[in-house]
Amino acid sequence: MDVILGLRVADATIIATSKAATRGITVLKSSDDKTRVLNPHNLIAYTGEAGDTVNFAEYIQANIQLYSMRENDIELSPKATASFIRNQLATSIRSRKPYQVNVLLGGYDVASNTPTLNWIDYLGTQVELPYAAHGYAAFYCTSLFDRHYKKGMTVDEGLELLKMSLKELEIRMPLDFKGYYVKIIDKDGVRDAGSL
Amino acid sequence: MSDPFSLNGGSAVAMVGKDCVAIASDLRLGNQSLGLSNNFEKIFQFGDKTFLGLTGLATDVITLSEVFRFKHNLYKLREERDIEPKTLANLVSSTLYEKRFGPYFVSPLVAGLDPKSNVPFICGFDSIGCIDFAKDFIVGGTASDQLYGLCESLYEPSLEPEDLFETISQVLLNAVDRDALSGWGAVVYIVTKDKIIRRVLKTRQD
Repeated sequence: MDVILGLRVADATIIATSKAATRGITVLKSSDDKTRVLNPHNLIAYTGEAGDTVNFAEYIQANIQLYSMRENDIELSPKATASFIRNQLATSIRSRKPYQVNVLLGGYDVASNTPTLNWIDYLGTQVELPYAAHGYAAFYCTSLFDRHYKKGMTVDEGLELLKMSLKELEIRMPLDFKGYYVKIIDKDGVRDAGSL
Repeated sequence: MSDPFSLNGGSAVAMVGKDCVAIASDLRLGNQSLGLSNNFEKIFQFGDKTFLGLTGLATDVITLSEVFRFKHNLYKLREERDIEPKTLANLVSSTLYEKRFGPYFVSPLVAGLDPKSNVPFICGFDSIGCIDFAKDFIVGGTASDQLYGLCESLYEPSLEPEDLFETISQVLLNAVDRDALSGWGAVVYIVTKDKIIRRVLKTRQD
């Protein structure tokens, strides 16, 4: 029951992930970071089966970094990165032991100066969305985003909206998520926006 | 539940008119009851006058649209011309049958005009590539039962392009309104010998 949320605003994409790493009813860690930086303008947040998640995220991270090394420090665009991740998951779902990992890809396309948010599940279903979440959190947050999201919001307004949905989760969900890490991806790259 | 064909939802329909064909689909992509996107197109164009509709499991819709784009590009290099609807139908059929014992969970439709004679062509497939040739209409997706009902009652042969547009639109809109997994907008393509008309329809948002 991890929480990962994503929100695309006018000139950035914001990603929030819960800090709790749980196994059954036990909280193993309260400072777990469920994200990996792929390249300066791409970040993935992941949920799913315990061992699979980090292994998959780091495999993707390694391959995206390998691309930049081979291609003269060219960054793979968010669209191409999303496509690569989707392809890996779509291939994996028809293998003997599929990766059970759902991801959100927050990116900023340097060529066209546009922020992007990609929702990809373990089957390889991929969509570009203005706001997204995985798991149970999606039921509570998407309706809130539907109501309050506006085109061309500022980062601050986006963070306000994010706070609203995290508060809603605390009211409606039975678990303590031990707080959240917030990351912002914009023209200057990935930056940490602290924790909420 | 947990039927791969109805996990993401979505519907499509194709019809034949007088020297024209129409193909339409909804725009919803969901995860069971949760709607994710209202901009997920399920119709893909191959060349000037050939279209492929793909409904079913979204990951396979994306995979197959990419596979057929790739195969169409190779076909164009080899033949130096666009693919005919009939040829695409056989390509779809053999591609699906290659995965006979682990199929793609999709119900494809092909619609188009023959590039030379402009004779209308439509057909549908099951998930392992059995072709369903039809003279009138073909349906697919989670609202296929509703689509059959509406097609049977509203369709008439030899409609002019604009009348065919009205018919296919009413069929799709009224079918998806009786299906919780389809809707959230729709797109209609009318294919005539000298132009393609694409219209995005507004629908109920529930």
